[in-house]
Amino acid sequence: MKKYIDDWVVRENRKLTDHAFLLKLQLNRELPEIHAGQFVQILVENAENVFLRRPISIHSVDPETRTMDLLAQIVGKGTCKLANLHVNSSVNLIYPLGNGFTIPINNKQQKLLLIGGGVGIAPLLFLGQTLKKQGFTPIFLLGARSAKDVLLLTEFQQTGEAYITTEDGSLGEKGFVTNHSLLASGDFDFIYTCGPQAMMLAVAHYAKQHQISCEASLENRMACGIGACLCCVEKTIQGNLCVCTEGPVFNINDLSWQI
Amino acid sequence: MADLNVNIGKLHLKNPVLTASGTFGYGIEYADFMDLSRIGGIFVKGTTLHPREGNDYPRMAETPSGMLNAVGLQNKGVDYFINDIYPKIKEIDTELMVNVSGSTIDDYVACAEKINELDTIPAIELNISCPNVKQGGMAFGTTCEGASEVVRAVRKVYHKTLIVKLSPNVTDIASIAQSVETEGADAVSLINTLLGMAINIETRKPVLSTVTGGLSGPCVKPVALRMVYQCYKAVKIPIIGLGGISNWQDAIEFILAGATAIQIGTYNFIDPAISVKVVEGINEYLDRHGFRSVRELIGGLG
Repeated sequence: MKKYIDDWVVRENRKLTDHAFLLKLQLNRELPEIHAGQFVQILVENAENVFLRRPISIHSVDPETRTMDLLAQIVGKGTCKLANLHVNSSVNLIYPLGNGFTIPINNKQQKLLLIGGGVGIAPLLFLGQTLKKQGFTPIFLLGARSAKDVLLLTEFQQTGEAYITTEDGSLGEKGFVTNHSLLASGDFDFIYTCGPQAMMLAVAHYAKQHQISCEASLENRMACGIGACLCCVEKTIQGNLCVCTEGPVFNINDLSWQI
Repeated sequence: MADLNVNIGKLHLKNPVLTASGTFGYGIEYADFMDLSRIGGIFVKGTTLHPREGNDYPRMAETPSGMLNAVGLQNKGVDYFINDIYPKIKEIDTELMVNVSGSTIDDYVACAEKINELDTIPAIELNISCPNVKQGGMAFGTTCEGASEVVRAVRKVYHKTLIVKLSPNVTDIASIAQSVETEGADAVSLINTLLGMAINIETRKPVLSTVTGGLSGPCVKPVALRMVYQCYKAVKIPIIGLGGISNWQDAIEFILAGATAIQIGTYNFIDPAISVKVVEGINEYLDRHGFRSVRELIGGLG
């Protein structure tokens, strides 16, 4: 897939919580093909001690308005700078990067479960929207610390069924995503997951126990994002592979996770 | 339009802007962002006789104006390069050079011999300076004896342009440059990364799985520039300068300090089209200052 480097205009920069923000970016020409699960490398300018681009998942894409939404968390000086970008300023992106999620080809009745935690829910909305367009009804299971950390719930509800867990029980069921009663049946055809490593390991464990196909989107630390530096590698059954080009989405059976 | 041609040994380059090994993959990774034929050449990823898995993750830490890496020469080995990668890249219209690394002298020799057979690889860069591999690598590059020994052995079997990449993790880089010149190296390239470290204070553990790693990026540029300057005064063979170059102005500085050509490394990650911009910038600079050839600028410190 061809990659691009372009300046995008910030159309909206919405603070969602103290730690999360949504950037709506617009391109001045038609968008190229972009798949759910892919990411961008965003250049952070004029931020102290920030040198490398920041990899950020694509949350949603709208070809009609030529816009792309990025949902991100403030974890350091780079993302803090991005959270404060002004509307109408421009940012430089390398995109679209990585492989993206597998979209099932037939049987629209398949039960597809999308499990996200924290800001890891970002690529799952785009995935859900893609699945919905294909005629599937995606089922979201979203985990957060508490009700105020549940991000953009309406968008998920508009795209499919949405279930919530919070660690303090302030919204949805109390506990971690893997404790949710929805999972009791084990009756799913495919699970997609993105979020904290511990959560993805628990989800992968669940999927393996119930013999459900499962893809996880990894967030290893990256430098180049295009397969040149070999910094972001993950151990797989094929040896060390770059998360930026061979991933970020991997079938859990290909990973060397102890599950 | 000034004349941008330079020669490194028998190697003729259309311009002095090259990309550094380990930062540019095999070139094709960058083909979407720039016209690869616009630059002078590409040093492909460090290649060893046998496949290497490299070091464990995490292998990278961002640092002020730069980064540490501890990739550890992950590559699929020279035979895979020859059979699977070379056929895909050999038509690229620029000079392709292979960075050769090893753990033993026999490894270097065997790897160089195989690459010597490839028609469109006119040069190798002997990596005696990788700080991220326990055996070999930098161990050869930090003494005059070690450096001499590898270059002497490889020179016997390698008949094209032999470039030796030097480590900055030494007291006197100029004496190492002199040693490899004596053994028949056609050129030296410098600097490889500086040994560094980063600590995560929350976990109280090193950020890198290997504890230490190689520092690169704009933060190392003054050190690299000084070392190019010192080597320029010490040897007659051409010098390829690298270390933190992030724009054409940096490239001009290296050329003025004595570099015949330059490599762009870590900054390729920030701007994947930077190397073409540096070619354009050098050209405009030469025109503006009335130089007819970039060669007039080499070591041209006033």
